Amino acid sequence: MSRGPLLGGALLLVLAAAPFLPMGGVQQYVLHVAIQIFIWSFIGQAWSLMGRFGLVSLGHGAFLGVGAYTTTLLWNFYSLTPWIGALLAVAAAVAIAVVLGIPCFRFRVIGHYFALVTLAVGEVIRLLIIAERDWTGGSLGASLKTAGTASGLWTLQFADKRVFYYASLGMFLAGLWVWDRVDRSMARSALEAIGEDETAAASVGIHVTRFKLGITVVSAALTALGGVLYAQYISYVNPDTLSGIGVSLKIVFAVVLGGMYSLMGPLVGTALTTALSEGLRIAFGLKFLGMAETIYGLLLIISIIFLPSGIYGSIRNALRRRSTASKTAPA
Amino acid sequence: MDPIFLVEAAINGIMLGGVLALLALGLNLIFGVLDIVWVAYVELVMLCMYAVYFFNVAFGWPIWAAGLVSLAAGTLLGVAVHLLIISPILTSAPINQFLATGGLLFFLQSAATFLWTTDHKTVRLSLPSYEIAGIFLPATRIIPFAISILAVIALYFFLTRTYIGTAIRAVSQDRDAMSLMGASPQRIYIVTSAVGGLMAGLAGALLIFQYSVHPFFGGQFGPLTFMICVLGGLGNMVGAFIASFIMSEIISIGGVVISTEMGYVIAFVIFIVMMFVRPGGIMAKRE
Repeated sequence: MSRGPLLGGALLLVLAAAPFLPMGGVQQYVLHVAIQIFIWSFIGQAWSLMGRFGLVSLGHGAFLGVGAYTTTLLWNFYSLTPWIGALLAVAAAVAIAVVLGIPCFRFRVIGHYFALVTLAVGEVIRLLIIAERDWTGGSLGASLKTAGTASGLWTLQFADKRVFYYASLGMFLAGLWVWDRVDRSMARSALEAIGEDETAAASVGIHVTRFKLGITVVSAALTALGGVLYAQYISYVNPDTLSGIGVSLKIVFAVVLGGMYSLMGPLVGTALTTALSEGLRIAFGLKFLGMAETIYGLLLIISIIFLPSGIYGSIRNALRRRSTASKTAPA
Repeated sequence: MDPIFLVEAAINGIMLGGVLALLALGLNLIFGVLDIVWVAYVELVMLCMYAVYFFNVAFGWPIWAAGLVSLAAGTLLGVAVHLLIISPILTSAPINQFLATGGLLFFLQSAATFLWTTDHKTVRLSLPSYEIAGIFLPATRIIPFAISILAVIALYFFLTRTYIGTAIRAVSQDRDAMSLMGASPQRIYIVTSAVGGLMAGLAGALLIFQYSVHPFFGGQFGPLTFMICVLGGLGNMVGAFIASFIMSEIISIGGVVISTEMGYVIAFVIFIVMMFVRPGGIMAKRE
C-alpha cells in the first residue's frame, strides 16, 4: 500500500482533532486563521475548476458577492433562514453564469476577451451593490443582524468558532471531492481538448458550449456557497472585499501561486498568502501597512516567471520526475 | 432636468475622453506590438502622478518641470517593465503574461500604500474657470484635454511619418515577416514600451490636474482603459480613440442623469454586449 492515503488520513485526523488540542490563549486565533484558509481555498478550488482549462475568469467576485449579499440581505430584511438563502444565492449565481456563459461560449469569447468580459461583470456587480445603497448599505457594507438567542443551526450563526471550523473544513473537503470528480471524468478530457483548440474539439463531436457552460455553472455555484459561508462567519459584507476586481484577482493569484493544475494547489497558495500576511502583521503590526501585499506581489511575479505551474505544482512535478527516474533506473 | 446640465455633462465627457484616449492609445500601442495586455498600465500612471506631486508640492518645482519629470519617469518605467517582466515571458502562455502584469499591479498598489500611505494627495493649482452661455469650463479640464489631443496627433505623426514608427506598425501587422526582413523585434519592443510609458507619464501629469492621487487610483481607470481598448479593437488606434469618447460620454451623461455608479454600469454592460456582437471592436468589419 502506498504511503499517500495513510499520510492523508493521518493529516485529516489531526485537522479533525485540532479544535480540541490544548493551544492555550492562541486557540481562537489559530482557528480564525484556519477558517479563513479553508474558505478561501474552497473558493480558489472553485475558480481553478474553470481556470485550469483556460477559462480564466477575472470576475469571480461577482459570484462571491451575489452569494454573500443574497443570504445576508434576505436574513436582515425577511429573517429568512440562510439555508434557503444559500439555495437562492446559488440559484442567482448560476443564473448569472448562464446569462454570461451562453453568449460568451456561443460567440467564442476566449482568452483575453473572456478575462475582460468577466472582469466587467465583476465590476458591474460591485457597482450595482454600491448604487443600491438604500438596502445594501453601499460602500459602507452591511452587517448581518445577530440572531441573539435564536443563534444556532437554523440561523447559521454560532458564537463558537469551532462550528465554523468544522463547516469550513467540511466544505473544503467537499471542494476537493468535486475537483477530483472533474479530474477523473470524461469532461476533463473534453475540456482540455476545448482549451487547446475549440474548432478541433468541435470537429471530433465535443459539444463545446455545453461543456464550458457546465463547468462555469459548477464553479459559480461553489463560489457563491463560499461567499455564503464567509458572510455567515464574518457577519459583515462589503462590496469592495466581496466583489469587483480586487477580490477576483486575489482569488486568481492565490491559486496561481499554489498551482492551478493540481488538487492541493489552491490550499498551498491560500495557506502561503494567509501565513505571509498574518506573519508580517504580527511581526510589524500596522506600522508597515501594505508591506505584506508588496512582498506577496513580488513573489507572485517571480513565481509566474520562474514557476509557471505554481509552487506546489512545481514541487510535485519535480518529485514525480525523480520517482519515475528511480523506477526506470537499473536495479 | 435642465438641459444645460446635459450639455455640461456632454462637454465634460469630451474633456474626460481626451485623457482616456491618451491612456487607451498607450496601452493599445503596446498591445498591438507585443500582443500582451499590461494590466498594470494605470498603476504606472499612478506612480507618475506621485512623481508630479512630490516634485511640485514637496520639492517646490514648477508644475511644468514636475510634468517633465513625470514624462521621464513614465518612459523609464515602461522600459523597466518590458525588460524585467515582459521579456522573460514573451513566449509563455497568454494567461501567464496577463497574470504577471496583474501581479505587478498588486505589487505597485501595495508598494505605494507602504511608501506613501493611502492618503489622497492633491496638487493645488489656481487656474481660472470660464463661463460660456451658463456652462462652466474650468481650465483644469481644458488644458489636459488640449494637451492630450496634441499628444494623440504627435503619436499619429510618429507612427506614420518616422522610420521607427513605421517599423512599429510593421511589427504589429506581422511579427514574423519583420524578423525575416532583418529587423530586430527586440529593439522595436523597447521603443514601443518606452513610448507607451511616455504616454503613461503624460497621462499622469494631466490627470493630477483633476484628480487626487492615492495607491488605488488605478482601480478608477484601469478596467475602463482595458475596456476601451477592447471596444476599439485591441491594437486598433483609431478605434480606441473613438471608443474613449463613447465610453466617457456614457459615463459622464449617465452620471448626471442617474448616478455615477450607474453611468459606469451602463458603460460596462454596453462593453459586454459589444463583445458578443462585435468582438473585433467597433471598427472591425463584420465577417
